[in-house]
Parts: sequence; structure tokens; C-alpha cells
Amino acid sequence: MKIITVRYFAMFREHAGLAEETLELEAATALDVFKLTQNRHGSTEPIGHCKVAINDEMADWSSAISDGDTVLLFPPVAGG
Amino acid sequence: MFGVSNERIDVQQLRDKIKNPGSGGVCVFEGWVRNQNEGRTVKRLEYEVYEPLAILEGEKVIAEAMQQFPFLEANCVHRSGLLEIGDCAVWVGVSSPHRDEAFKACRFIIDEIKSRLPIWKKEHYVDGDSGWVNCERCASV
Repeated sequence: MKIITVRYFAMFREHAGLAEETLELEAATALDVFKLTQNRHGSTEPIGHCKVAINDEMADWSSAISDGDTVLLFPPVAGG
Repeated sequence: MFGVSNERIDVQQLRDKIKNPGSGGVCVFEGWVRNQNEGRTVKRLEYEVYEPLAILEGEKVIAEAMQQFPFLEANCVHRSGLLEIGDCAVWVGVSSPHRDEAFKACRFIIDEIKSRLPIWKKEHYVDGDSGWVNCERCASV
């Protein structure tokens, strides 16, 4: 198990009802964190155009997660 | 250079920053808040920006544009917070010796900024409802 801080933005924050939480998760990759937190909050947003960052660096869903990491979950973006 | 502002965008100031004696022209794109989207009447917009990564990625977009369409100066600012109809939400300006690079770089920068930066747009409608908007390019894929 790893201690992971997860930050939620925009619609993810609204689904979760909070901006950030620290969880003990059985997660090897960023994708695991996405799936586990989706189950936790009953979110059904497809992963399609969502993005992820780890410790303030853009990452891939296959990126490895380490104990103590902060994972940022970004729903589909819409600038401009 | 790329920036995020929670205050009204000062268009003239941004334009002055990309003046260069070697530039023969400037190409500017201003994104404005409009009152309609997909058949619904919009009252105002709210932008949420994760600034640390938006700024890093915005700078990267401008550097990529510079590599592909060499220009002399570029500047881009995106708004955060609550915006009213007609407000400028994003400003992109590119100055270069000739117009072709300026047009192409300006187009590249606004397209990439819309689809890559951690920025989210929430529309508030006149009927009191609100909703997050998906980016046009994402929705069309």
C-alpha cells in the first residue's frame, strides 16, 4: 500500500466533493489511481481525454506511482 | 511568454510588448466570451486554471511555435475566474518580419492552448443552470 495525495480539478472536484485527499492505495500506476478514485467517488467520466500529472509534471497513465506522490487528475480541458 | 491573469486583459499593453523593429506586422487572436453555445444562452463564464502547469505548458507551446514558424516576438495571456459576455478570455499575439509566420504561429498557439493546458471552462446559463464544457477538438475526436 502507498500513501498518495490525489488532487481533483473542475468536474472531478465536483464529483468527489473535495479538492484533495490523501489515501492509502494499492496502486502501481497513475491509471490505477484514476480507477480507484473513480470507484471511490462513483465518477463515470471516460478516461479518453483526461490527463494526469505526478508531482506537478505531466505524466502518462502508465507512469509508476511512488509512496508519497501527489497525483493530479485533470478532466478534459477546454481553454480559450 | 505565457501568463495567466484573473483581471481584465489589457490588450494594448500586450500588443506593445511584442513590438520589435524587425517586425513587419503582428497577428493577434482574441478569444471573447459569447452569449450562445450549443443552443443555450450563456450569462457568464468561469475559467479554472491550474497555474503552475498551465504556465509551463503554455511556454512549451510558444517554444514549439517558434521552432516551426520562426517569429520575433510572441505573447499569450489566458484569463481565470469569472468573465462576462464580451470579455477577452485569451489573447495571442505574434510579430514577425513577414505575415506568413505570424498567421501560422498565432493559429498554432491558440489551437494548442485550447487543447493542452490544464484550463477548464464552466458556462453559467440564463436559466440558472451551469455546466463544464469539453474542448472542441476533444469532442470531435
